[in-house]
Amino acid sequence: MRIVPFMVSAAATAGLVWALNKPWGSAVPMPLGKFLSPQHGFWQNAEAAGYDFTADLKFPELKGDASVYLDERLVPHIFAENDEDLYFLQGYIHAKFRLFQMDLQTKAAEGRASEIAGAVAVNFDREQRRLGMKYAAENAMKEMEKDPASLAMFSAYTKGVNAYIHSLKESEIPVEYKLLNAKPEAWSNIRTALLLKMMAKMLSSGTENDLLNTNAKSIFGYDAFKQVYPQVPDSLVPIVPKGTVFDTAGIKPVKPATADSLYFGTKDTMMMAEISRPDKNNGSNNWVVAGSKTQDGAPILCNDPHLELSLPSIWFELQLSTPTSNAYGVSLPGSPFVIIGFNDSIAWGVTNSQRDVKDYFEIKFKDASKKEYWYNGKWEPAMIRYEEIKVRGKGTVYDTVAYTVFGPVIFDESFSNTVSNKRNLAMRWTAHDGSNEGMTFYKLNRAKNYDDYVNAISTFDCPGQNFVFASKTGDIAIWQQGKFPARWDGQGQFVMPGEDDSYNWQGFIPQSENPHAKNPERGFLESANQRPADSSYPYFIPGSYITPRGIAIEHFLSGMSGITVSDMMRLQNNYYNELANDALPVLLKYVNEAGLNTEARKYIEIVKAWNMEAGPASKGQTIYQCWWDSLEAAIWKDDISKTDPMAPWPEEQTTMEWLARDSSSLSYIDNINTQETETLDMIVTTALNKASVSLAQKEAEGKLEWTRFKNPSIYHLIKDGLPAFARKGLNVGGNGNIINAVTHSHGPSWRMIVHMVSETEAYGVYPAGQSGNPGSKYYDNFIDTWVKGEYYKLWMMKATETGDKKVKWVMKFGKG
Amino acid sequence: MKFIVAVILTASLAFAAGLWFDWWSIAIAAFIVALLVHQKAGKAFLAGFTGLFILWGGFAWWMDMQNESILSKKIAATLPLGGNAILLIVVTALVGALVAGFGAMSGSYLRSSNK
Repeated sequence: MRIVPFMVSAAATAGLVWALNKPWGSAVPMPLGKFLSPQHGFWQNAEAAGYDFTADLKFPELKGDASVYLDERLVPHIFAENDEDLYFLQGYIHAKFRLFQMDLQTKAAEGRASEIAGAVAVNFDREQRRLGMKYAAENAMKEMEKDPASLAMFSAYTKGVNAYIHSLKESEIPVEYKLLNAKPEAWSNIRTALLLKMMAKMLSSGTENDLLNTNAKSIFGYDAFKQVYPQVPDSLVPIVPKGTVFDTAGIKPVKPATADSLYFGTKDTMMMAEISRPDKNNGSNNWVVAGSKTQDGAPILCNDPHLELSLPSIWFELQLSTPTSNAYGVSLPGSPFVIIGFNDSIAWGVTNSQRDVKDYFEIKFKDASKKEYWYNGKWEPAMIRYEEIKVRGKGTVYDTVAYTVFGPVIFDESFSNTVSNKRNLAMRWTAHDGSNEGMTFYKLNRAKNYDDYVNAISTFDCPGQNFVFASKTGDIAIWQQGKFPARWDGQGQFVMPGEDDSYNWQGFIPQSENPHAKNPERGFLESANQRPADSSYPYFIPGSYITPRGIAIEHFLSGMSGITVSDMMRLQNNYYNELANDALPVLLKYVNEAGLNTEARKYIEIVKAWNMEAGPASKGQTIYQCWWDSLEAAIWKDDISKTDPMAPWPEEQTTMEWLARDSSSLSYIDNINTQETETLDMIVTTALNKASVSLAQKEAEGKLEWTRFKNPSIYHLIKDGLPAFARKGLNVGGNGNIINAVTHSHGPSWRMIVHMVSETEAYGVYPAGQSGNPGSKYYDNFIDTWVKGEYYKLWMMKATETGDKKVKWVMKFGKG
Repeated sequence: MKFIVAVILTASLAFAAGLWFDWWSIAIAAFIVALLVHQKAGKAFLAGFTGLFILWGGFAWWMDMQNESILSKKIAATLPLGGNAILLIVVTALVGALVAGFGAMSGSYLRSSNK
């Protein structure tokens, strides 16, 4: 009798469960019932504010006992009896706090973003594969495996990550998986290699401009190109102090006989560009002052790497300690070792070298199968990699990538940005060559002196880095280290002919000839992504150098003596706009005030009274920057946009120097799209009038203050997908060309100061938090400290200090 | 009295089931309780509904208190519920309540059809 109502009711229940157990499209990609269930879903990730991290765990992979002491900032101090246990625990702890980040970053590096993001990421994935990211990681793996000690460390790390993953209940997986309806994937050594290749791409793939330079050459011609994009800026303050005498080049590459006609002389254009080029602002500051310049006679080392700011951060702070080694600093979740930090004897830091280590060669294939290409007078077989890209919610996309003697063919008929361009371009990139960068950090973590440091970094190939160094014995040093091709003048600035070996790299600069300096008389060394040496360095070394920060750091450090840690803190947070200091007088010299509109007259008064400090409340910085950008557009845009894609923007340093030196020789001032002949005073005036329109609009919105104008923000890794997980509107100033290099969502990703007194005194901060869990109070708790320019004292815990009140929780590990 | 017993039993059994089984085990729990503690369909629905409203709502509210609403505000802004943590707790409670309510009603009908 109640059969019908039962059937209806049961069907309604089943229907409801069914509807709540499946994703609802892109807006609600997760099964809502499971997601909301307090016992299964996101509520499980709502970590209690007073959560107790204490644990007692047993793993069969461990050889001995170990302890992880978590301090009040959730920094783990890992104490193990041997190296393998140490890196097992580093892997375990990284996974515990950063699993989703590690998984997502390495999937993206491998070209598997579509598995998470769906069809929108297919072209990104194809490009990652065509960049040969996996191929590069495989080559790195071969090197890693050649050395049994290194294999043991990386394998221990992998086991640690997996031990954590396997211990997770489904309800405990990071909340991002629940939001995306995905699951974590097991770790493997190649994923660590992929992470390091992600860093290689971030720091050495955007430092060349071969494709767009080729367009620039077609617009300007080679001679003018050299002026518009000069190798050595007049105002350069190089890393290696001026006046350093370099040895004659150990290798002298020979320019091919056809270069003038087939290479420099051609006017062809490239219609393709990479989709995901690394941020141009990826860079950093580091410097070290010797005891002769400090108040107490001990060196101080400083480093702040400028990278995309994200939640969670690219960095994870920790201490790694065994009876034979002890290091503290920041690590990269996904890799063992401390990457930037100090031990009981030395401290080190890195900035990017900005060197160009990637060149493009035009390839001629026999037919569409791409199986053979013309090289040295005959058809050579190409190695073919078939790529399978699994796309979430769709099928599988296939791609075929041909590998030549140079490397993978990134662009061809099936992969280029415009249909009209079907040229085949192979790339030669040092990131593809086998190398084991991880071991540099293993050795640095244990280095005791200058010789150990030089030995540790000498095998570091890619991405080229400026390793700054200080020791407790008083040595300071810097090396620009990497594997850099020895180029003939002009080689690799543009796409090169690839039908024979004549344009290929002829060798590498011998490691000992890399620019370096030790204990200079002046008592300090610095690097800030500028060209490492002046024109007396005997090699042609193109790159995407950034000049102004180096000038500013040098300017401040040379004037200082009796330096203290607080002086260094102030310098890392310095807002002085060195470039504006040079450029603004030029603007004010040429502007015709009578030709300014009412708004512009108001703004010019503000900028005249400006003290060149780009602090958060500065209005002068906003006005100057808009005026300058408007002027640069007026000078260059008509010229560089003659090709599609556009030729590169000349460096602002170049424009400033040109205007300051001799504006009459700058023929690009005239707008080629108008009939009249523009002069500098005309365009400087018009630039401010134009900028005033947008400035007035910003002012009406209350956004004339620099921090409101640029809205400094730190996004979650999924960016626009999870806007509520971001921190926006941070009250900081700065800019990419200023020492405190904060842009909209990029800047000092870790600030560290190490004072080399007998009991190391170190300070650091990064703009995020130790926990990757958006439901944890440790997710973003460092941000306010970072915004204020303040630091945490870094605690190098001793084995005897287990009872210290800074230890909040103890995780005990044992074999079992 | 029967109603209160049904509510308490549903919440308890659903909680226990949630420790071992998937989230939708709450429907089965409510169904079983409705079989054991027979009430008319409407009352059974209300008992299942109330049981899970209390369990999921209370559970979520307690977690949220402990968490100081750090996560709920982010999720409530993402779903989108205007960043309102209380509303997210209510939605959580309602979803559990509806599923259990229908489960319980089915149980009630099944038992009455067996008579």
